[in-house]
Amino acid sequence: MQIGRVIGDVVATRKDPTWQGVPLLLVQPLGADRTPQGRPLIAVDSVGAGVGEHVFFVRGKEASFPFHPVEVAADAGIVGILDHWTVGE
Amino acid sequence: MILGRVVGQAVATVKRPQFEGAKLLLVQPETPEGTPVGATLLAVDGVGAGVSERVLVVVEGRAAGEILGRKLAPVDAAIVGIVDQVDTE
Repeated sequence: MQIGRVIGDVVATRKDPTWQGVPLLLVQPLGADRTPQGRPLIAVDSVGAGVGEHVFFVRGKEASFPFHPVEVAADAGIVGILDHWTVGE
Repeated sequence: MILGRVVGQAVATVKRPQFEGAKLLLVQPETPEGTPVGATLLAVDGVGAGVSERVLVVVEGRAAGEILGRKLAPVDAAIVGIVDQVDTE
């Protein structure tokens, strides 16, 4: 997984039918020091994350697992909201 | 698998149920020589690793899911070993 910050949401009326009712959030991946790492991406959300929250997300087919048995056509999914993290001992 | 260094630990209260009880560690991927390379990962710990230890990380869903031992775990990174030594030519 990677950690990131939710920086927005995405609305799409016409979309793949497996995405019905699935929130789409814009996530900026972060390094452990909270600096942005790479480009923002769109992730499906299964934990009720909101804009401004720090989250962790999974890439690949596993992004669809929380929606089982629906096979959501997504390649990134938020699977947890971070309370905090520590760097170093 | 890849080599990395544990740089921190994260805490998440709200998460997919498959993560209950799992330790989440921040890992900086490294080259065999120990140079940091690429984006920081958040990995499930399967071996009791700690901060500053050098570790072996699987970055693929099925293998990482084995560490949690739960069906349909939305996970794509897991620490599967603590590295004692790497020899390169």
